[in-house]
Amino acid sequence: MNDSKTLASTLDVDKIRADFPALSQTVHGKPLIYLDNGATTQKPLQVIERVRKFDTEEYGTVRRGAYKISEHSTQLYEEARQKVADFLGAGSKSEIIFTSGTTQAINLVAYSFGKKFVEAGDEIIISNIEHHANTVPWQVLCEEKGAHLKVIPVNDEGELILEEYDKLLSKKTRMVAVNHVSNALGTVNPVKEIARRAHAVGASVLVDGAQSTSHMKVDVQDLDCDFYTFSGHKMYGPSGVGGLFGKMELLEQMPPYVTGGDMIMQVTLEKTTYAKPPSRFEAGTPPITQVIGLGAAIDYMNSIGMDTIAEYEHQLLEYGTKCLENIDGLRLIGTAKDKAAILSFYLEAVHPHDVVTCLDQDGIAVRGGHHCAQPTMIRFGVPATARASMSFYNKIEELDALAESIKRTIKIFS
Amino acid sequence: MRSLKASKEPLKYFPDINEHLQNPMAYSSELYQQVILDHNRKPRNFRKIENASHSCHGINPLCGDDVYIYLNVNDKGVIEDVSFTGSGCAISKASCSLMTTHLKDKTVEDARINFKEFQNMIIGTMDPDKEEHHLGKLSLFMGVREYPSRTKCASLAWHTMVGALDKKFEGISTE
Repeated sequence: MNDSKTLASTLDVDKIRADFPALSQTVHGKPLIYLDNGATTQKPLQVIERVRKFDTEEYGTVRRGAYKISEHSTQLYEEARQKVADFLGAGSKSEIIFTSGTTQAINLVAYSFGKKFVEAGDEIIISNIEHHANTVPWQVLCEEKGAHLKVIPVNDEGELILEEYDKLLSKKTRMVAVNHVSNALGTVNPVKEIARRAHAVGASVLVDGAQSTSHMKVDVQDLDCDFYTFSGHKMYGPSGVGGLFGKMELLEQMPPYVTGGDMIMQVTLEKTTYAKPPSRFEAGTPPITQVIGLGAAIDYMNSIGMDTIAEYEHQLLEYGTKCLENIDGLRLIGTAKDKAAILSFYLEAVHPHDVVTCLDQDGIAVRGGHHCAQPTMIRFGVPATARASMSFYNKIEELDALAESIKRTIKIFS
Repeated sequence: MRSLKASKEPLKYFPDINEHLQNPMAYSSELYQQVILDHNRKPRNFRKIENASHSCHGINPLCGDDVYIYLNVNDKGVIEDVSFTGSGCAISKASCSLMTTHLKDKTVEDARINFKEFQNMIIGTMDPDKEEHHLGKLSLFMGVREYPSRTKCASLAWHTMVGALDKKFEGISTE
């Protein structure tokens, strides 16, 4: 067996694990092995304590109170926006809009961009390996506008076939919406190249970053995408907050998605003028505490370093892939050359839901199901998969335990 | 039962990985009993009944369990034949298989009573060890009640069967 110390020379996993109280709990009498990071990540003390301190000592409403604690709260809220902007490489913090998460961010773009720029006969391109959150909003938009949805196919490894993508692109293409990392397969998509080709025909590009921002360095200016979405609870922050990066030149032209307070310039009973972005897209009181927590989560990831995180998680992926490849009757779904630390698999003898229940008895938390990506499951001819998704706080011993537990599960059912 | 408690001190991680992985299959006795595993491996009445008097399609959208239940009910209200097709997890497949073996030659009225008893058992409002019931071997599924996320897998067969009796042509969904 490999030794984790030699595997991860740049990262002290034991020290990091001490930051995450949830990882020291037991489940069914066994130490928790948490491998459902693709669904949601656990929180470090740095986030938990920051949120506690904010709610205890600093909480106030934002953007409206002319008194001390509200002004202070607003300042912290805007500082968090700057942290997100820096984290994603955005040119200006005004290009960052807080939402409840990726789902709402994509819905915002589909609705607002769609209302402004999409007409009957236009085309929207997605891929065959999108989350339902990056599928359904575009289907709804196409239905409403009489536009058409086109789908980039994938090869057997789960990689987008770019030659086929080229054939879909045309002057009719308004939007290309793809994920940076597939939640069901782990494929890292070449979004920079996808954006370049889309822009060549005048289309805009949305990148669903729900699975990428916690695992790799993201630079939206280098990728040159027009929109980028993310979820706080998948990046060691609170649930209920996430957001959208959007290029200012587009955001400025887009109508509001949700209307109400805080998103206006002036309201009379006859007419309302809208505030500039990002306020235009943040109607109502935002998730203030959660935004502060998200800022703390970004600080935490930065303190480790995104390159260090990516390197360590890649080692976990390579080790885990070897462990699982050696199991008879196990089929890995998603074997792209460029992959994030996600292992989706299907057992000939055991349905994924039974796998999840059996692994849970060993304290191992994995996801089983279609991962809100039914078109992906259909493409690979499976009803569902079991998925182990890793984080920098996972240890290789945990992947050994995963493999052993899978083998025992197969034995029970054979 | 699930025991999820945070320890005060961080656990020493894997004091012994082999110890962690021992206790072989102790848990399987609760949910994955031998009879259930056997019906998963070799499902009974796994076929379509052509020209069935009643049939229904049932899905469990969360899991992707997808089954068809077929019944032939005669003039006297007796289920002369009952079968199923489809795909799903071990619990849903074994539940279909055991249900079909149980319902053969029973009346429609009995089938509906069994449905209610089965429901009450898996949600924990009826204890088959202490209360009178007509479930026979089906009481094996009692263990499901410790797994709230799996109760729908066990009940899909029954909801779909009742959907067939009620002539629900649009199908049944557990959501």
